[in-house]
Amino acid sequence: MIPERAFNAALLVGLVAIPLWAHWAGEAFTITLATRAAILALAAVGLNIALGYGGLVSLGHAAFFGIGGYAMGILAHHAQTYSAVATWPFLIEGTKSMPIIWAAAIAASALAAFLIGLLSLRSSGVYFIMITLAFGQMFFFFTLSWARYGGEDGLPIYLRNGFPGLDTLDPIQFYALCLGLLLAALWITGRLIRAPFGLALNAARQRPERVAATGIEPFRLRLVAFTLSGAITGLAGALFADLNRFVSPAMFSWQTSGEFIVFVILGGVGRLYGPVAGAVLYVALEHWLGGLWDYWHILLGGLLLMVVLFARGGIVGLLCGAARPHG
Amino acid sequence: MSAILVIEQVLNGLQYGMMLFLMAAGLTLIFGVMGLINLAHGSLYMVGAFAAAWAAGATGSFLLALVAALAAAAAAGALVELLVIRRLYDRDHLDQVLATFALILIFSEATRWVFGSFPLYLDIPAALSGPVALPGGIEYPRYRLALIGAGAAVAAGLFWLIGRTRLGIRIRAGENDREMIGALGVNIAALYTVVFALGAALAGLAGGLVGAIQSVQVGMGEPVLILAFVVIVIGGIGSIKGALIGALLVGLTDTLGGIFLPEFFKLFMAPAAASATGGALAAMAIYILMAAVLIWRPTGLYGLRG
Repeated sequence: MIPERAFNAALLVGLVAIPLWAHWAGEAFTITLATRAAILALAAVGLNIALGYGGLVSLGHAAFFGIGGYAMGILAHHAQTYSAVATWPFLIEGTKSMPIIWAAAIAASALAAFLIGLLSLRSSGVYFIMITLAFGQMFFFFTLSWARYGGEDGLPIYLRNGFPGLDTLDPIQFYALCLGLLLAALWITGRLIRAPFGLALNAARQRPERVAATGIEPFRLRLVAFTLSGAITGLAGALFADLNRFVSPAMFSWQTSGEFIVFVILGGVGRLYGPVAGAVLYVALEHWLGGLWDYWHILLGGLLLMVVLFARGGIVGLLCGAARPHG
Repeated sequence: MSAILVIEQVLNGLQYGMMLFLMAAGLTLIFGVMGLINLAHGSLYMVGAFAAAWAAGATGSFLLALVAALAAAAAAGALVELLVIRRLYDRDHLDQVLATFALILIFSEATRWVFGSFPLYLDIPAALSGPVALPGGIEYPRYRLALIGAGAAVAAGLFWLIGRTRLGIRIRAGENDREMIGALGVNIAALYTVVFALGAALAGLAGGLVGAIQSVQVGMGEPVLILAFVVIVIGGIGSIKGALIGALLVGLTDTLGGIFLPEFFKLFMAPAAASATGGALAAMAIYILMAAVLIWRPTGLYGLRG
């Protein structure tokens, strides 16, 4: 068994060293793969707050990912066509500046998560799974028929958005931005789960009645956790859109939600670095198995089945042993 | 907007609802008895459709195609239950979601491997093709009318099976207290396999029947699966009656919303803006319906457990 700290440290060293090596060796594609892994890891870190710590099995996190993506798409689209997003009640103009786009993506996805949480957290268990799935689909079908922003064709963005002081067109600099946001999200999550809020959320997952008996309302804890979770996944959506310079309803597809759950479980549910390990492994497998065989989803499905049936706790659980009961 | 159009759309909604019911009934039965959430139910629908298209191509008989759809889906369901699903009954919902998501990947990709990426087509049988004249001068496709009839017949059969037979008594007992019926000597493992295969067969039948009016292709199961989820959330999980009413509500809302919402907005908006707004709202209509039902009754119309 490897200590979890050592595993996390090795993962971080890999996330820094491999893209730096690729940059030095001129392997731009490896940097793009690493950027994709870091962004998907960020989305999964967001989901892990709801799923791992809150015990809320959301099969609709693609909604927040897509909202973040469309926040970027809409702002950048108006900036590149020199038109206004809205003229009433006040003028809103498009922008190509990443910090503003990120703020908009976080605000929009947090608002959506708050409203969806308000409706769906009234129910639990399998109802919650199906309701979050259904709300995700609602956004999917809405964007599919939203002709103003491309409908089912999606919305191409011709030039990657800018960040003050950096050249975001340089793959390694854009990667550094994404990795920085991932590390920030990990730091916030790490602080949060050790704070009173995190302890109460953990307790509400294990014994909601006892938490309620001490005067803390589980519903409120869950709503805050779900909103924060959606906001982080929304930020990942804005970055993902910037990576591809394209947004489309596919970001809202329910398979995306399923993949986020896969990252979390593959890595290790409720472990801080679990989603990162899961997303990195998934992107690596996708690249490696996808090159090996056209029908690689069969292998991926088989691997997932093995993890669920025989390796509960994912990679982190397999390498580092079971989580401490009061972790 | 004539009365004939309205009646046609209502019939289309009923037909859609009946097919959703076949999917939702299996899902809700499996959840009610085994407490299992099965994302791979859409894959069984796809298996049924592919089996029907293949059998129709090989034999030319629509009846044999339906038999093949039922048999293939039931066999795939029983096999999956024995190999995988059985290990998931006492796991939490998260494990069930993930394992059945993995099954979808395997089923979809294996089907693509065997049949290729191009859609297959299944012809409507000669006896059921063409329109039929209904009272009031309405012409309606005979096959779609047959689908409504088939759905109603299956619903009646299912109510009879659950309410009047020994298997139905065991299923209802299993929903209430699985340990007790085990203690009374019922073979629970076999009962679960039978229920799962029954649900799979219903999904396969829906796939075979719908295969004649839309193309048979990989990925056809998941949109229907998600609508079936909406149906059972509205109807209440575990309730066959809820599934029937929820399915008809969803079928009618989706079909009528697509026609009437754009018309409604044309009353006070420019035509182009009205069809855009109405179209977008119609695409979301069933989810708005679901949200409304949930605000009113968080466990659905006929649901008991959370």
